[in-house]
Amino acid sequence: MCQAREDYGRRGPGRRAPPPSSPRTCAKCKQGSAALVIRVGDAFCRACFREYFVHKFRAVLGKNRVIFPGEKVLLALSGGLASSAMLRQVQEGLSRETAKRLRFVPGLVYVDEGAVCGQSAAQREESLARVEAMLQATGFPYYLVHLEQAFDLPGSILRRGPRGGEEPCPGYKEAVEDFIQQQRQEVAVADGDGAASLPRRLAGLRTQDVPAGGEPAAPGAQLPAAARTQELLRLFEAAETLTAKEELLQMLRTHLILHTARTRGYTKVMMGDSCTRVAVKLLTNLALGRGAFLAMDTGFLDSRHGDVAVVRPMREYMAKEIAFYNHFFGVPTVITPALRAKRREKTSIHRLMEDFLLGLQAEFPSTISTVYRTGEKLSTAPAEVGSEPGAEPQLCLLCLCALDTLAEEDLALEPTLIAEEAAQGPAGDGCCHAGTQGSCCRSSPTPGAESRAAFLPLLCYSCRLTFKELGHPDTLPPYVRSEAQRRSRRAEMKQQIQEFLLEDDDDEDPSES
Amino acid sequence: LAAPVAGGGAELLFDGVKKHQVTLPCQPEPWDIRNLLQWIKQNLLKERPELFMQGDSVRPGILVLINDADWELMGELDYKLQDQDNVLFISTLHGG
Repeated sequence: MCQAREDYGRRGPGRRAPPPSSPRTCAKCKQGSAALVIRVGDAFCRACFREYFVHKFRAVLGKNRVIFPGEKVLLALSGGLASSAMLRQVQEGLSRETAKRLRFVPGLVYVDEGAVCGQSAAQREESLARVEAMLQATGFPYYLVHLEQAFDLPGSILRRGPRGGEEPCPGYKEAVEDFIQQQRQEVAVADGDGAASLPRRLAGLRTQDVPAGGEPAAPGAQLPAAARTQELLRLFEAAETLTAKEELLQMLRTHLILHTARTRGYTKVMMGDSCTRVAVKLLTNLALGRGAFLAMDTGFLDSRHGDVAVVRPMREYMAKEIAFYNHFFGVPTVITPALRAKRREKTSIHRLMEDFLLGLQAEFPSTISTVYRTGEKLSTAPAEVGSEPGAEPQLCLLCLCALDTLAEEDLALEPTLIAEEAAQGPAGDGCCHAGTQGSCCRSSPTPGAESRAAFLPLLCYSCRLTFKELGHPDTLPPYVRSEAQRRSRRAEMKQQIQEFLLEDDDDEDPSES
Repeated sequence: LAAPVAGGGAELLFDGVKKHQVTLPCQPEPWDIRNLLQWIKQNLLKERPELFMQGDSVRPGILVLINDADWELMGELDYKLQDQDNVLFISTLHGG
């Protein structure tokens, strides 16, 4: 039943019968002619569809009351369909009459990944020009960041920032009321201005800020130095599989966006993950060994970084709805090519899962929503990591999720560790010491295996798997290496002074004093 | 007869050309989407056909709009093309 091969034919069980060719009327208003089919069999006309789409955005934000009025929210745009639709919804929401207006202060960020996605310098410049035009047209402050700037990130990006408000819900209503009060006072003061609309006030701000990293005021549309691009390409070429490349790309992108948010004072980041994307991500991450962190990776609110939280307001929109909305209502997009494998057959877990889910969805149209709804039931309550109750759980170096590899009886992990030791060869470490100048008696299967080993205890299970498929640690950006060193040293230090640390000893023998 | 257009990244498969004005050759049976797809595969698809088509139909993840309406409302592959019809393909695969 769960096959979606070509030869299955499109008349399998569960498949809806093809509707008549004559145009249907909208299921909602019963008047307009239907323009598209949402979910299973609901035909909507354009007007009703627009209402449905716009309402859903506000409903999602209203249901999860995590964005406070006046808060600075950074919209992460990729130029693709979903994030462009998200931008449009924010624009629509901000321009409504006072009572129903969205109340946060948006900024935009775009990460240029052209170098690793196979674009030439000329193509990158063209894409950037189009993106910049699109961002400028909104009137919001925007930031153009190049993936190469990942080499400038500070190690602090891998540390959880000081946590903001823990429980937003009780304070939310008061915050909204306070904000409305404030607005009324401002309007009373600035008498002539009348309804000082937010977009107009924002337009008064500078619309282009210099890129983070303290470079001299170079416009964001300028490409970084060729040497930097080479460094970046070297990092990606060294990754052995497309899966590892995708994970690496996502990680660098997230860190760059986070850094932009932190340095510019944004406390929230909005990502344009659609329902389809979230469902694919759910299953992909399951396959990658991130089952323990699914809620954080795909939920509405992702607060692993502490001070900056990631929200996903588009996660209830199917990719199809977004595509139709963009087409009907003229939402501009800038499509850039995605990561590609060198050889045709090589694919990634991400692509496989996408093909699998979309193929199933074509036959059984409730597939994606079912996966999504199952994912919604996952909560983000952190599990008790056994070692020291009450102490801060240790976090993975790369993904900032709780380290899940501390239990020694981790049966799934042990065989891989043993296999690694075996790969080092029977001669052991003594083989490649400084004594032998010439070529080694056996070619090392994994160059840099020793330095790599230092990273492993700092990573969670799935990051370890990805890490093993990346190249030599020297190709990694400096911030990863410096933070890894810092943590290793601290762990070492802690071990050395362990016996001198005073601890609450419950079972202290009273006879000893 | 028709005027297929590609959008949302799908134009990368068609030599980067977004809009194709197309005149389909006369044939005894009326043209339907199924035939059109075959014709496109043979005449317009410059690169890997499996990125656009799967068997008889388009690859899952590619939307088809006929005169700005969802093809599911028009009978999908069985819809009979009429003169000056506009067919639009939008790709929703890895992007956004």
